[in-house]
Amino acid sequence: MKEETIYLDNAASTKVDERVMEAMEPYMLETYAVATSDFAYSMGIEAKEALNSAREKIADRLKGDSEEMIFTSGGTESSNLALKGAAEKLLEKEGKDHIVISKIEDFPVLNTAKVLEKKGFEVTYLDVDQEGFVDIEQLEGSLKDETILVSIQHANQEIGTLQDIEKIAEICEDHDVLYHADATHTFGRVPLDVSKIPVDMITLSSHTIHGPRGIGALYVREGTPLKKQMDGGFQENNLRAGVENIPAAVGFGKAVELIDEEENERLEEMRDRLIEGISSKIPDTVLNGPRKKRTPQNANITFQYVEGESITLHLDMRGIAVSTGSACFSKSLEASHVILGIGGDHERAHGSVRFTLGRFNDEEQVKKVIEEAAEVIERLREISPLGKGGE
Amino acid sequence: MGMSYNEKVIEYFKNPKNVGTLEEPDGYAKEGSPACGDMVSLYLKVDDETREITDIKFESYGCASNIATGSIITEMAKGKTIEEAKEITWQEAAEELGGLPDLKTHCSVLAVDALREAIRNYEERQGIGEEKRETTQEVVEERLTHVMNPMKGRDVMKTGLIDSVEVEDGSITVNVALESDHQFASAIKEDIEEKLEPRWDVEKVVVRFVGG
Repeated sequence: MKEETIYLDNAASTKVDERVMEAMEPYMLETYAVATSDFAYSMGIEAKEALNSAREKIADRLKGDSEEMIFTSGGTESSNLALKGAAEKLLEKEGKDHIVISKIEDFPVLNTAKVLEKKGFEVTYLDVDQEGFVDIEQLEGSLKDETILVSIQHANQEIGTLQDIEKIAEICEDHDVLYHADATHTFGRVPLDVSKIPVDMITLSSHTIHGPRGIGALYVREGTPLKKQMDGGFQENNLRAGVENIPAAVGFGKAVELIDEEENERLEEMRDRLIEGISSKIPDTVLNGPRKKRTPQNANITFQYVEGESITLHLDMRGIAVSTGSACFSKSLEASHVILGIGGDHERAHGSVRFTLGRFNDEEQVKKVIEEAAEVIERLREISPLGKGGE
Repeated sequence: MGMSYNEKVIEYFKNPKNVGTLEEPDGYAKEGSPACGDMVSLYLKVDDETREITDIKFESYGCASNIATGSIITEMAKGKTIEEAKEITWQEAAEELGGLPDLKTHCSVLAVDALREAIRNYEERQGIGEEKRETTQEVVEERLTHVMNPMKGRDVMKTGLIDSVEVEDGSITVNVALESDHQFASAIKEDIEEKLEPRWDVEKVVVRFVGG
């Protein structure tokens, strides 16, 4: 057996917390009924109460109402429901056909927008600056009478950039346009208060905060026009059919409960140590994304003159799991659209490595990662024809 | 598709052979570019009498399959005559490595191209190279055998991915039998352009996706 893996790919998914597992188990083995109405048998009523209690915990974190929280199968489904649901509803009702998203959205939003585009909707893809911030003026200029919705993420999946969500929401409200934010990488980690910020829909994920996979949620502000995408029964406020995944919902609720400010501060400290350690110990690195306005768990660094898949493979052999924006690493052989979107070239994408922290990482691990990365990069640079003065 | 790197590939990746540069090489090539991903530099020393490759070194800015192929191909070429070395194909290099993941074969072609280019560079210096060939349909089709079909791990010509090729006054149109929003469309387009654009008499390369 290898030594325990130092897992730094927590933006992809996280280890489920054992306390989450414990909270879920009774809803598979003991209280396994579906959520029934208040007039049915007691096990079903108990199940329903558990479901609603989880819903409340999640809604509370956003300062929203639990009635506004729709459980889905995950962030991908949530974003599909938000974009397709609003687009179809407002095309039907008001003949509107325009959507605005940022260029660096994660695939659930990006590819859903592309599907809608194919169906005839007009989509504006907003530029971002070198740190990944959306061009606010371009956003304002893009809005028109036909605009249904703006979908701009709270934070970026690769480079951690935290958008000025308050400003974006205000602009959308002023123009009477719906605003959806993908908060997959911020929920629990960065505060977001829907009682103060007029966001209409928010995509939430469980498995990025040590909860189970197969569950997510969409916050839908009361009165938001939305067409159901999954047809069947009348569950989830008649917005998402299907027998509720109560054990997973309970796990999601527990996962939210387990996150506290102290943990987020600890992640931020480790993140800073990682960024500072790497950039002081290894020459020719570039930090991708802003230094301060980024999620507490994300560090993304380009190591010049070397390729990301080679870096991740070497780190893996040393028991460290990270990901890269290199084309060689991806299933489509395409370089990261995020790094290209912030004006980076292919070279910057190819040498980029994303380190994302979670609850089970500690300072010792961060120290080890800095040391191992320094060795790996030095070794790969010895093999590389680049960066030796001749180029 | 599928399959990850085998042990031999990993071993070569961890401890590549013949890494480095040669002072005053007899042949030299740099294939690929950092902008489009992988890059390989290759250096040759050739015995002018026997035309035998006496020393060979490479450097790689690339992924594991690129580094491993660079390593194996330098080992395979060392001691061979340039005529023999020219015949080494990426399939042979991949076989020697015990196979490469399908998706990764395109990264390995670069190392083979670098070897051939370095030999061509040697021949040019010696004045024994062939004349600059005009880019005809045949030449284009030959170049396209160096573009991988990532779905099959073999080239786009053999796997029937090329619908047709048109060559006219330095302008080349390649019609690819794929939808334009296919998962691999932009990677294949880039690869095709990369293989054709550098040719001396090519002014424009148009890659069209005409559906599968």
